[in-house]
Amino acid sequence: MKYLDEFRDQTLAEPLLKELRRSVTKPFRVMEVCGTHTMSIFRSGLRTLLPEEIELISGPGCPVCVTSASHIDAILAMAELQNTRIALFGDLFRVPGSNGLSLANASSQGAKVDIVYSPMDSLNLARKYPEELIVFLGVGFETTTPGIAATILAAKNSALDNFAVFSTHKTMPPPLLALLDDPELQIDGLLCPGHVSSIIGAGAYQPLADTYKLACVVGGFEPADILQALILMARQIANGEARVENAYTRAVRWEENSRAQQMVRAIFKTADMEWRGLGVIPESGLAIREEYSHYDAERRLNIKLTPATEPKGCRCGEILKGKEVPSQCPLYGKRCTPGNPVGPCMVSSEGTCAAFFKYTQ
Amino acid sequence: MKVIEIQGDPDDFLSGQIALVDADGIRKETRLDIVDRWPDLGDYLIIHAGFAIHTLDPQEAETNIRLMREMAEKVEAAEAVEQRT
Ligand code: SF4
Ligand code: SF4
Repeated sequence: MKYLDEFRDQTLAEPLLKELRRSVTKPFRVMEVCGTHTMSIFRSGLRTLLPEEIELISGPGCPVCVTSASHIDAILAMAELQNTRIALFGDLFRVPGSNGLSLANASSQGAKVDIVYSPMDSLNLARKYPEELIVFLGVGFETTTPGIAATILAAKNSALDNFAVFSTHKTMPPPLLALLDDPELQIDGLLCPGHVSSIIGAGAYQPLADTYKLACVVGGFEPADILQALILMARQIANGEARVENAYTRAVRWEENSRAQQMVRAIFKTADMEWRGLGVIPESGLAIREEYSHYDAERRLNIKLTPATEPKGCRCGEILKGKEVPSQCPLYGKRCTPGNPVGPCMVSSEGTCAAFFKYTQ
Repeated sequence: MKVIEIQGDPDDFLSGQIALVDADGIRKETRLDIVDRWPDLGDYLIIHAGFAIHTLDPQEAETNIRLMREMAEKVEAAEAVEQRT
């Protein structure tokens, strides 16, 4: 991992910080779209080192946090079914549904739930438990979807029958457009997510830069990457510019990753999607195409989404819109802690509330 | 992570597209189904949830490290000048 260590190097961060201080000429507000940025900014201590002219606001980029309560309820209902086994990435495990119970509770009461590292691992589960239907929870943005599309294709190609995906996949520019249309949200720059951008390409943000006169900079996740991105952003703002720049060229090109996007388009089609805190955003989600409906858990198990209420008192919606900070939530640090989370913001390791709690207490 | 072995055919999704990668002696397999450019041996891969998503040739990887370093040095040099004046 030598390569990565170079970017973590503290001696690299210090001069970058100095350059950043030099580049800032006036106060500005930046939304870091991605939960991984939020987490890295806290973990590295960057938040306390940045010039005070820069205000950072967390955005809707944590896939767990933006999964609606009705989707969580549907997942819990599937976990209750006989001969069904849920496979998922870890974070969703502890998110409570509208009755306050989570997959973790379901699992301790006998539901079959497996945490996997890659969606491909769920095909191994399908081979191991031929009498069960393995339902992989497809929760994520553009970075995650291509691998899940490839997994569905692999299941089809190897004639694996007992595998399906529950898709709550979401796509990135639509919620940003929805947020930016809100006149209450005054931001000058977007720190665009590195991994999502490696799939959709930096060029995908051009309409945002054009329409909202926003400085959009794609950034990686190491402290030096984030600093570099903020330097470019500060310079744009100082010069009165608003364009798309890429500070993460080692992973992101201007163009999309067409192999990945072709894979996604072959298996999924755009659909309206419900987001926690943001409501239904047209064409912001991905549903499995008819041709692959055999691999669509929603159709195969005849899942109907029912409207669900958010946990009482939880301010996740406002936090995710960048309008409030966690300490403004009445439950924060009292009824809601990482050990006993009420809302998804506190559950996900990339959640804003969890990050605040871990690094500011 | 550095690519040390490649299996499968870039145009045939049935062929099991897999690369063996090495990072400091730790070896593991990663899927190549959705990588932006089919790698050569010695290239580096950026990996997400078991899938390679981006290929860098060794030169690109080095250039990136150098750019960051230069940026840091340039800033230091600028500071040295400032202090002198
Ligand atoms: S502190 Fe808990 S309840 Fe409040 S917004 Fe955050 S996650 Fe929701
Ligand atoms: S719940 Fe919290 S971390 Fe998750 S998206 Fe919303 S604000 Fe971000």
